[in-house]
Amino acid sequence: MSAVTVFGLCAAAAVGLGLYGLIANPQPLRKIIAFNLLGSGVFLLFGIVGRRGAAAGFGNDPVPQALVITGVVVAFSATALAIALLLRLFQIAGSTTLNSRAAPSPRSDPSGH
Amino acid sequence: MNIATVFEIALAAVVLGLAIWTIAVPDTYSATVGFIAYGLLVALIWVRLDAVDVALTEAAIGGGLGGVVLLGAAARLRDTEAMTTERPSLIVRLSAAILSAAIAAALAVTILLLPDPAPTLAPSVVANAGATGMTNPVTNVLMAFRGMDTMLEKVVLLLAIVGVWSLASDQAWGGRPGPRHQADPNGVLAFLARLLPPAGIVVGIYILWTGADHPGGAFQGGAVLASMWLLVIMAGLVDTPPVRSRWLRLILVGGPGLFLAVGLGGLCFGSAFLAYPVAFAKPLILSIEVAMLLTIATTLGLLLAGAPERSAER
Amino acid sequence: MSVARDIITVAGVSAGVFFFFAGTVGLLRFPDTLTRLHALSKADNLGLGFVVLGLLPQTGGLRDGLKLISIWMFVLLAGATVSQLIARTARQSGSGK
Repeated sequence: MSAVTVFGLCAAAAVGLGLYGLIANPQPLRKIIAFNLLGSGVFLLFGIVGRRGAAAGFGNDPVPQALVITGVVVAFSATALAIALLLRLFQIAGSTTLNSRAAPSPRSDPSGH
Repeated sequence: MNIATVFEIALAAVVLGLAIWTIAVPDTYSATVGFIAYGLLVALIWVRLDAVDVALTEAAIGGGLGGVVLLGAAARLRDTEAMTTERPSLIVRLSAAILSAAIAAALAVTILLLPDPAPTLAPSVVANAGATGMTNPVTNVLMAFRGMDTMLEKVVLLLAIVGVWSLASDQAWGGRPGPRHQADPNGVLAFLARLLPPAGIVVGIYILWTGADHPGGAFQGGAVLASMWLLVIMAGLVDTPPVRSRWLRLILVGGPGLFLAVGLGGLCFGSAFLAYPVAFAKPLILSIEVAMLLTIATTLGLLLAGAPERSAER
Repeated sequence: MSVARDIITVAGVSAGVFFFFAGTVGLLRFPDTLTRLHALSKADNLGLGFVVLGLLPQTGGLRDGLKLISIWMFVLLAGATVSQLIARTARQSGSGK
């Protein structure tokens, strides 16, 4: 039971949990958190593949590591953009439901005062 | 089953337990805190996988800055908890569970059946390391061998900033992001914001500099610099800059701009786009990294500050 | 000589783990926010100090040792500030829960 197997199974479980949270949670902020969970599971899978490719004196293949570093930064910027959209939705509609049939709440404020 | 494997199994179990708790807990604020703890423990997993550069990035950007942006949103949206909720029906939740379990099982089977002489690019990275003169293989890959990816990633960061800024309301167009933070000027937060940033700036620049030969690099250093800037903003010592200010936009464009210029220089004077002449490779890469550091620090800080909310005249 | 170093490391890290454990027990068992903060800040800082002390014999030289100690100082600083802020908020919100 090497590190690769243990963490590989952990990463697969994280992907499954993130996907379930993304579909089953009704609140957008929970969906964003679950999406980040899903993303980190995928990055761990890259890390597993890199660990198996350890050669030439390195403990981990450098190319997947570089891809994951890029991925982490892009995932963070996507999360920040999603949260900015969510906060703007909250400001305009007064609630964070994604249900388009919901009535606007009394605290909605489209002009953004 | 030696002690290292026991530690790894324990770590994986705690990480999975935190992930399950984050998905299942009803209160959103608690889910955010659980996610931050999860991010930091995943950084430990990365160290265990011998990928220290990625561990630094995950701890700084994934767990650290990502956690801060989620915490801020969870705090602002706290009162909406009671209003939502139309939970999806049992059928939807059951099929979601089956789908997720199937995908997790498929990934687990794939992990267990990966090919045995594992394919690897590490020998080619070592063979070509003489082209840049740096010994950190991940920095070599990021800045030289896959430099195009890094340059396009900077452009993606710019696009995210444009997206966030475009969400300003009409009055606040071009204004200052976020609320005006106030803190007791004699209190602990202001004290920390005066004490820590000088050390933090040194640490951030050091992480960039040492990235050439040891784990580190521009992204990790930029995250540390961004967090120092945010600390000063949150303590109320400095206000967020108006987004229409010219020097701010120059800094944001400077990183990808310099990268693009060096790339085009490689096209005109060298053999291909982003080809570094071997004699000047290290100085060119270092100058690109310095511009990248400033751009990344500013971009990450502004992404966290959010959409402009106050008009710039005030 | 390396046996003595390893003994110091094991002793230091074990003491650190004991203090972290004590802090966590305090976090789980104490009734309200202020007492929990007290347990966390005292026990965890001391635990980290012992861990750092235990790791000092294993470092390569003076510079690495100074880096470890400065990590402990930063955590001390951040922990103290955040504990104060949380405690003030807890007291102002009045519940102390």
